[in-house]
Amino acid sequence: MATPTRKAAIVGGNRIPFARSNTAYAQASNQDMLTATLDGLVARFGLQGESVGEVVAGAVLKHARDFNLTRESVLGSQLSPTTPAYDIQQACGTGLEAAILVANKIALGQIEAGIAGGVDTTSDAPLAVGDDLRRTLISLNNAKTVADRLKALARIRPGQLVPEIPRNAEPRTGLAMGDHAAITAKEWQIGREEQDELAVLSHQNMAAAYDRGFFDDLVTPYLGLTRDNNLRPDSSVEKLATLKPVFGTGDPDATMTAANSTPLTDGASAVLLASDEWAEAKGLPVLAHLVDAQTAAVDYVHGGEGLLMAPVYAVPVMLARNGLTLQDFDFYEIHEAFASTVLATMKAWEDPAYCKGKLGLDAPLGSIDRSKLNVNGSSLAAGHPFAATGGRIVAQLAKQLHEAGPGKRGLISICAAGGQGVVAILES
Amino acid sequence: MSDWYTNFVNSGVGTTISKQLGLPRPAVLRRYEPGEPLLPGPVVVGTAGGGRLRDTVTAVLRDAGVTVLSPVAADGSTDGEKLGAVVLDATGLSGPGDLAAAHDFLAPAIRRLRASGRVVVLADPPAQAETPAQAAARQAVDGLTRSIGKELLNGSTANAIYVPEGAEASLASPLTFFLSGRSAYVDGQGVTLAAADVPASGDPEKPLAGKVAVVTGAARGIGASIAQVVARDGAHVVAVDIPAAGDSLAKVANEIGGTALQLDITAPDAPQRLVEHLRERHGGVDIVVHNAGITRDKLLVNMDAARWNSVMAVNLQAQLDITQALLDDGDVLKPGARVVSVSSQSGIAGNRGQTNYAASKAGVIGMVRAWAPRFAERGATINAVAPGFIVTEMTAKMPFGRREIGSRINSLSQGGLPVDVAETIAWLAQPGSAGVNGQVVRVCGQSMLGA
Repeated sequence: MATPTRKAAIVGGNRIPFARSNTAYAQASNQDMLTATLDGLVARFGLQGESVGEVVAGAVLKHARDFNLTRESVLGSQLSPTTPAYDIQQACGTGLEAAILVANKIALGQIEAGIAGGVDTTSDAPLAVGDDLRRTLISLNNAKTVADRLKALARIRPGQLVPEIPRNAEPRTGLAMGDHAAITAKEWQIGREEQDELAVLSHQNMAAAYDRGFFDDLVTPYLGLTRDNNLRPDSSVEKLATLKPVFGTGDPDATMTAANSTPLTDGASAVLLASDEWAEAKGLPVLAHLVDAQTAAVDYVHGGEGLLMAPVYAVPVMLARNGLTLQDFDFYEIHEAFASTVLATMKAWEDPAYCKGKLGLDAPLGSIDRSKLNVNGSSLAAGHPFAATGGRIVAQLAKQLHEAGPGKRGLISICAAGGQGVVAILES
Repeated sequence: MSDWYTNFVNSGVGTTISKQLGLPRPAVLRRYEPGEPLLPGPVVVGTAGGGRLRDTVTAVLRDAGVTVLSPVAADGSTDGEKLGAVVLDATGLSGPGDLAAAHDFLAPAIRRLRASGRVVVLADPPAQAETPAQAAARQAVDGLTRSIGKELLNGSTANAIYVPEGAEASLASPLTFFLSGRSAYVDGQGVTLAAADVPASGDPEKPLAGKVAVVTGAARGIGASIAQVVARDGAHVVAVDIPAAGDSLAKVANEIGGTALQLDITAPDAPQRLVEHLRERHGGVDIVVHNAGITRDKLLVNMDAARWNSVMAVNLQAQLDITQALLDDGDVLKPGARVVSVSSQSGIAGNRGQTNYAASKAGVIGMVRAWAPRFAERGATINAVAPGFIVTEMTAKMPFGRREIGSRINSLSQGGLPVDVAETIAWLAQPGSAGVNGQVVRVCGQSMLGA
């Protein structure tokens, strides 16, 4: 271990309710949503005009004009304009990675406080022009005479005018993420019913959490939305059983439906991290500390590993470093990209052969007490605006731990596109 | 929210037309602006019945930078310098005969009153009189003041302050309030003072400096205005509203440099959550403004239980529960705390279709009066304000006729603004208002309803 450093405190968080694609936030940009989310955080913790050490956030789907998205959002917010900011992007791991980066700078004493966030919109996704049209437009721009310009314009064909629409697909395989997850689900023999059960529980847990006021200091309404509009409190296994599979449909036994997979979602989240001293001086609470974090990546292209299995690899590395077992946690937050992902992750940790062969462990990590898993609902209920999910989970888990009392420990596991995984430990 | 009629009658052609037609001519009221003098002109102070407060009044006025004229000069001519205010010290009245002096002093002085001028009458509380004649004379002050309020023109107001023996030190804050632009829409009211330990006054521009204030229902309307004024006066505001209103709540909090707390005050654990939040984040609270309120109007015979219960829960039970939790906690309510509850004119006069609302708002008055002695024991106060017709988004939705009538049937011929309610609350919250306890102050422009 390196020289001991201080641990960053999680003071609290804020997010806007998540909205299914092309619904409540259809007209909102990433910058609109991130700015509103920062302002809600500022209002909650009285940070008006405050210059925090750094704001780190990002978006997975980002317009080229948003090259400085986070800084622009800070400038539009109530934070001091002297607050530095930068963008990051690690697919669905963006939000958690942002929190880790801010926490690390706090731990090293480089900053006293910072905000980690993330935002995504699939309603206002960036459209790009094709390579043919781009070349034509460049030569049009370079043309010096009217004749040259007309010549360039004449090269445009109707087919070139159709923009390239971003797809939720892996560039290296061409498969949708859901189709990748379906491969893993089949490999691990994850049944339809257990996926539906997990999805229903997520909705019920989150609805109950809203009803008891758990989200009162985690969510600020936005554009008329007061709760996540993907949330279905009356969801039931019977209802879900009627849905047709949407991923891995080449297989007659396909199990993954629109209900046990997260929908495309718009939203933003932010987490306030600080040193204990900074929080104390401001009279702000310390909900939990970010104890450690780990990333991992798998070769899903040629290596025979599932696209979303990287967290399975990251967790044992982090556990070993901290002298912990998988059972040493009071809460588990495993991001529900798909119900099958959560189930495959847990199954892998229980599997002796896999743990020995793939993870190089003498014994399997073992099983998780399901009553400690995603207790206030997760992405299947809230929805999953890619970069915003990490912030949602960090703030939500920190509050859970704080409610449970001091000395409680929570594990976060988030899978990300590109075969990556980001995991972390929080402790109250 | 602009009052088109007031704007019209104060325009060039509007003045001519409204004068010729004999229409009511509401004035543009003088409202408080930080940095402006307390009054736009000098004050003349007169006495009737002896007047033991003359020196106190003069000292308060001089401290506030106001020129004090003697009544002799005021009597001398009626076309002298225009007055910003007229103060009559009628303490020491022994019988109705002493009131003649009041008439002699007031009549010429009021002639010289400027627009948005002030008449303040000081008297002993009738309830503490030693003889029926004394009580009669003291009570007569009430009728006198209210009638002056109705006779005054151009946005001027008349109010009475009842000062018992020994409560002289409590006078500065209420006297200053009634003279200032903060009381623009408070007219025809009487406030009874009590003896109290009044702290030395601080910065008059920031009377609430260093205080922590909670304002419920702060996301919009009157609540947002209260939050703004309390913050302007120097307090850190914890703005509370239901989670569903969190968007506008955050905007209010950010505008005033306060903090937003999303909380449904009717939730069973709300009082505890509020107490914990105040202790953890602010080490306690100095000012609590119970403003959150809802209406669910229906005639009583048509009213369902849900309408009745929700109004009672928000408007009355939550105020009781939160105040009780603050008192029970021991130290979260800081020494010298101020609680101000928003009641309503409907709670005094009753209102058709508002049995639930009027009952809840009358209940607030009962609560405040019952708790006042207990608050006095801890050097704290609890008071209510009862707004009359206040121009808000809610009243903008009323039918034109009802709205126009509702806003004109008062001595100032206009509706009040949210800021008028807010100013009154911020005044009651001042450390200097220690001697104002268990009072109900109407902010209604001397409405004819329930007067």
